[in-house]
Amino acid sequence: MEIRASRLKFRHGLRDGLPIALGYLSVSFGFGISAVAKGLPPLPALLISMTNLTSAGQVAGLSVIAASGAIIEMIMTQLIINLRYSLMGLTLTQRLDDTFSTLHRMAISFFITDEIYAVASSKTGGVNTRYMYGLGLLPYMGWAAGTLAGAIAGSLLPASISSSLGIAIYGMFVAIIVPPAKKNRGILFAVAVAAAVSCCFKYIPVFSFITQGFAIIICAVLAAALAAVIFPVKEEQNDDR
Amino acid sequence: MTVELLIYIFVMALTTYLIRMLPFTLFRKRINSPFLKSFFHYIPYAVLGGMTIPWIFYSTGSLAGAAAGTVCALILSYFNRSLIVVALSSCAAAYAAQLIFTLI
Repeated sequence: MEIRASRLKFRHGLRDGLPIALGYLSVSFGFGISAVAKGLPPLPALLISMTNLTSAGQVAGLSVIAASGAIIEMIMTQLIINLRYSLMGLTLTQRLDDTFSTLHRMAISFFITDEIYAVASSKTGGVNTRYMYGLGLLPYMGWAAGTLAGAIAGSLLPASISSSLGIAIYGMFVAIIVPPAKKNRGILFAVAVAAAVSCCFKYIPVFSFITQGFAIIICAVLAAALAAVIFPVKEEQNDDR
Repeated sequence: MTVELLIYIFVMALTTYLIRMLPFTLFRKRINSPFLKSFFHYIPYAVLGGMTIPWIFYSTGSLAGAAAGTVCALILSYFNRSLIVVALSSCAAAYAAQLIFTLI
C-alpha cells in the first residue's frame, strides 16, 4: 500500500490524544502510589514515568528495584514485557508517509504505547510526523502528572487509605484483561495459564530462588507460546481493546 | 536519589526505548510467521495475567481488603466499565472491607 502525504495536522493529534491522556492520568496515579509504597521517593517515580511511558513494564521494573534484582533481570523483564512495542512499531512503519526521516522515527518511536499505537494504526490514510507528535504529547504529560500526583498523595495520605490505593493499578489490569477474555478463548487461556504458573512460582518452595522479574518472564512466554500453538490468531483478527 | 536507583532507571529506560526505536526506525518488511504473530498477540495479556495473580491479593494492607477489591474489579470489568471506574471502585471496596474487618 502506497501512503500519500497525509493531511493530518498537529491539532488533530492533540484531539485524538486527549482521551488517552485522561486514561493515563488515572492509571499513572496508581503507579505513583505503588512506587511510594515500594519505598521510592516521588521524584524517582516521576523520572521512571517520564523516561519509560509504559504501565506493565514500569510495575515490573518497580519489583526488580524493590528486590534489588540483577541488572540483567531488569533488561530481560523489560524486553519480554515490552516486546510487543517492537511488533507495533513494525506494523506502524507500513503506515508512515514520507515526512518520517530517520531522526523523526527515532523521536516518535518513544511514544509507541498500546493506546497510541491503536489510534495511529486506525488512521486508514496513514500518518505524518506532525500528527504523531500531537498524538503523543498529551498522553505523555498525563502520564507524568498522574505519577507525581499519585506519589505525593501516597506519601501524604493516612496509611489505611494509601494502602487501599495500592490495588488501583491491579484493578486496571483486571479491567484490561476481562473484556477481551470474555470474547476470546485464546486470551482467556493465556491469562489463566500465566496466572497458574505465577501462583506456582509464588507458593511452591522449590521455585523460591526465582525472583519476581524472572517469574513474570517465564509465565508470560510459556502462556503466550502455548496459546499461540493451541489458538493461532487468524489473519486480520483484531480483538484488542 | 541513590546511584543504584539511577542505574536501574537508566537501564530500564534504555531497554524500553531500544525495543521501541530499533524496529520502528530500521525495519522495512513484514512478519509473516503465524506463530510469531499469535505469540505477540497473546503476550500482553499473559504478562498482565501473571503480574496480577496472585500479586493483587498482596497489594493492600490486608488480604480481606484485597479480596474485596479483586471481586469488585472482576464484576465491574465483566460489565465493561472503564479502566478508571474499575480501578477506583476496587480501591473503595478494599478500603471499606478493611474498615469493616478492623471494627469487628
